[in-house]
Amino acid sequence: MRKISLSKLDALFEEIAAAYALYLPVDTKAGAKFERWEAGKTLSDALNTVRSAKDFFFPQTENLMDFKMEGKNIEVIDTRSESEDFVLFGVRACDVKSFEVLDRVFLSEPADTYYQNRREHGVILSLACTKLVETCFCGTFGIDAASPEGDVVCHKTEDALYLDAKTEKGQKLMAALESVTQEADASAVDAQKELIRERMAKLPLANLSADAFGDGKTSEFFDAPEWSELSQSCLGCGTCTFVCPTCQCYDIKDFNTGHGVKRFRCWDSCMYSEFTKMSAGQPRLTQMERFRQRFMHKLVYYPTNNDGLFSCVGCGRCVAKCPIQMNIVKVMKKLGGREND
Amino acid sequence: MQEINCEVLVSKAAELLEKGTVDRVLGWKAGEFDYDITPAVFYSEQELRDGFVWNDFCGANFSKYLIKETGKSENKVLVFLKPCDTYSFNQLLTEHRFDREKVYAVGVPCNGMLDIGKVRQSAEGIAAVREEGGKVVVDTLYDGSISLDREALLPDRCINCKSKKHAAYDELLGEEGEVVSSARFDEVEKLERMTPDERFAFWQGELSRCIRCNACRDVCPACTCEKCVFDNPASGVENKAAANSFEEKMFHVIRAFHVAGRCTDCGECSRVCPQHIPLHLLNRKFIKDIDSFYGEYQAGAEAGSRAPIVDYKTDDLEPAEAVERGGEHA
Repeated sequence: MRKISLSKLDALFEEIAAAYALYLPVDTKAGAKFERWEAGKTLSDALNTVRSAKDFFFPQTENLMDFKMEGKNIEVIDTRSESEDFVLFGVRACDVKSFEVLDRVFLSEPADTYYQNRREHGVILSLACTKLVETCFCGTFGIDAASPEGDVVCHKTEDALYLDAKTEKGQKLMAALESVTQEADASAVDAQKELIRERMAKLPLANLSADAFGDGKTSEFFDAPEWSELSQSCLGCGTCTFVCPTCQCYDIKDFNTGHGVKRFRCWDSCMYSEFTKMSAGQPRLTQMERFRQRFMHKLVYYPTNNDGLFSCVGCGRCVAKCPIQMNIVKVMKKLGGREND
Repeated sequence: MQEINCEVLVSKAAELLEKGTVDRVLGWKAGEFDYDITPAVFYSEQELRDGFVWNDFCGANFSKYLIKETGKSENKVLVFLKPCDTYSFNQLLTEHRFDREKVYAVGVPCNGMLDIGKVRQSAEGIAAVREEGGKVVVDTLYDGSISLDREALLPDRCINCKSKKHAAYDELLGEEGEVVSSARFDEVEKLERMTPDERFAFWQGELSRCIRCNACRDVCPACTCEKCVFDNPASGVENKAAANSFEEKMFHVIRAFHVAGRCTDCGECSRVCPQHIPLHLLNRKFIKDIDSFYGEYQAGAEAGSRAPIVDYKTDDLEPAEAVERGGEHA
């Protein structure tokens, strides 16, 4: 483990930025946002960025390929280029875990090479949370905010930043940072972890449990009468899905440019009326069915297909951002408590 | 003067349920936290006693919910309306979007709702929020109790409240307020004083943050098309992806045009934007222009009124007289 004084963070960022494109959360008018570091930009103290870090691997819009038409010939143009090496600094434990959720979708055979390209070139420097807030419930999904995953795990104490390489990628980066960091023992970090875990235990949602959900529970919840009441105020906007670090649905479309075709993909949302519309029509006709899809996907379908792993990481963004404050916590409490009623 | 608190509203609702005036109540349901309140329908006094809430975070405008709710039954639904909600209520009636006969509207006074985003800027880890001696007291997870000035926590739409007076109701709780003179066009005037290029840069900075979640459209009481053109794959403009970094202007400017003359300036669009885009400024510019070109008009002040831009008078302004273009992007 190595450390650097907080007063020298700029030197650390400068050193990283010499070899990698460095992105970190900075404060903006609209809240914290990942931006490319340059001299003068400072690390935000915010717990969460408004949009999650998934954009770096699964951007909201990307061009997949172009088609050029000349007479009867169609030329297919591969628009991919090798991603540059980049570092994501300050990713919270919940968001790091979301990458595993996305990996299982995009890296399963056949791997999505667009995603894979970015994933291979990205180095994750996670940052343990210090002040969790009332909307946090990562612990519900077995995530430890005191001990995030990542290529390098960082802890910020009052005066220093501690960095601990966990993977080969992380070690390679840390080797390049030897000149600005110094050897450190783990005692300050251990004390910090204890404090964070104490704080996690005291959170209002600390006892929220996902035990009722998971692998194979489809028939138990699909026809639950509660969906109707839970969904009645849902506006059908996609805010929850767009700020969610684990939502991974997309749409692929062709855009006629007038002299060819651009095939692009963009985020889609199960909240939308035309989502997964097929030639036979619309499989989910009402907002109740669309609302149910989102939560069943997070709590039942995804874990059923992925060894019990839930596709919610408890970051709380949807809790904070839903215009009508209907969220996964309320859904879990209502449905998870059914057996005890 | 009677203080209008949660108990008064619950008693009123219980009384109307009991008398059979209504068979259900559109109200605010308590959430996990003091601030996360969800619109909900209550069917009995017991349900009301268990979960109905009325506090500083009941900001959601219920008028739009009446479209769906009145379609569910032949019976009347009770709705509690704050002054600004009543303007949307009238506007929706003007557009024949729900059946007035199926609604029993109770007006409730409003001193402005709080913006939880502003509370969060001053308090980390919100355990509880309450009002104490005119102050907002926030119990926090880390810093004990913090006392904050209420005024500093109001959203822009409440700071610039246009009316404490209800534009419609069957029954009113508390005393009626007045239409107030607000400074709601000040920000618009600031934008008008910019050069066209500065203004373009301002809107580019704001609108390029848009993530196209459509919350502004979906919450808007003036946006009630059965199928939005932007949701229709057959329209040719259905679009979840921006072709360039500023394509979002198209969505927002078209939407602002679409609701011009019908927008009551309720401010829900800005309340729900996860990216804090001041969308209400676009609508206010349209309102201000309509006022200055055609005479003062407030959408929703009266049910059945005709907005100047859907009305015709022989001395109406010619389009060319209204527009002065300039700047690099003209």
